[in-house]
Amino acid sequence: MDFFESDIFLIAATFLIYWGARRLQALTGWTLLNPVLVTIIVIIGALKISGLTYETYSESGRLIEFWLKPAIVALGLPLYLQLREIRRQFVPIFLSQIAGCVVGIVSVVLIAQFLGASRDVVVSLVPKSVTTPIAIEVSRQIGGIPSLTAAIVVCVGLLGSIFGFKVLTIGHIGSQIARSISMGTAAHVIGTTRATELGDRAAAYATLGLIINGVLTAILADPLLRLMGI
Amino acid sequence: MVKQCAIIFGCLCAGEFLAFIAGLPIPGSIIGMLLLTGLLQTKVVKVEDINGVCRFLVSNMAFFFVPPGVALMLYFDVIAKEWLPITVATVVSTALVLIVTGAVHQVYHKKFNRRSHR
Repeated sequence: MDFFESDIFLIAATFLIYWGARRLQALTGWTLLNPVLVTIIVIIGALKISGLTYETYSESGRLIEFWLKPAIVALGLPLYLQLREIRRQFVPIFLSQIAGCVVGIVSVVLIAQFLGASRDVVVSLVPKSVTTPIAIEVSRQIGGIPSLTAAIVVCVGLLGSIFGFKVLTIGHIGSQIARSISMGTAAHVIGTTRATELGDRAAAYATLGLIINGVLTAILADPLLRLMGI
Repeated sequence: MVKQCAIIFGCLCAGEFLAFIAGLPIPGSIIGMLLLTGLLQTKVVKVEDINGVCRFLVSNMAFFFVPPGVALMLYFDVIAKEWLPITVATVVSTALVLIVTGAVHQVYHKKFNRRSHR
């Protein structure tokens, strides 16, 4: 049994399952089979069946999770590469990002509170639209449940990826630049991946939304919650 | 490879330190990201100096959040109890973010373009 609790086995298993999940998505082309979601479900199922505890897994998983922070720093490279584009459209991009960020935080808090969610859950929902490494950090900082946030972020990404463009069409957002930025702002990496299918320009704008809303949420989440008295 | 990691972890470490001494409500990793952008902008660091490792980290970012996602199994009871507010708030708010972000950009952009065509 010791072997199955070792770092080497658990990390190897995580890699193998993720690899398999990616192959599965490539073969089916089905957006719902998001590799991260599939891997999480398979691992949870395996832990439940084998009787291994979450704590055992997370001791090894920490070695993988550790790389989240350097990955956020690495986003500085695409941000730098987009800087000229940002400068040219500084005002519309920033106005739209601030609007999206504030509306996202305020609306999710108000709706969740209205429907009777507990404080822990309300706070965990706040960074739902930003890329997971940032969302986890923000959630931890404002007193949420980081892993609940992580799971919700994946769900929001899937939602955006599948229904995002339809929602934008219903909302009469026709400009392709605006549609791409929105996908990055609302649905982070998974939305950006969807926008990438429309070409380089769409990909660049979605990346902008992804990065800027990530930074804005990290900066604004705490003060906004204070303003709302939470 | 070593140099690339040194630069990235250097930025991360400096970011964590700044967040710590300034008591900022921003994660140190975000400050580290902005530091890296600043270093690239001022040409202290060249794109080639970090390109490989940055690309690797950014393109595999999704994988790193499998372990925090697995922790979901600890909160099945919370989700079972509060699935309604979680679902409604998430779906409605995501749709609002999409439309508001797009609308603000589109409206401003149209105005701006009209002005420049005069």
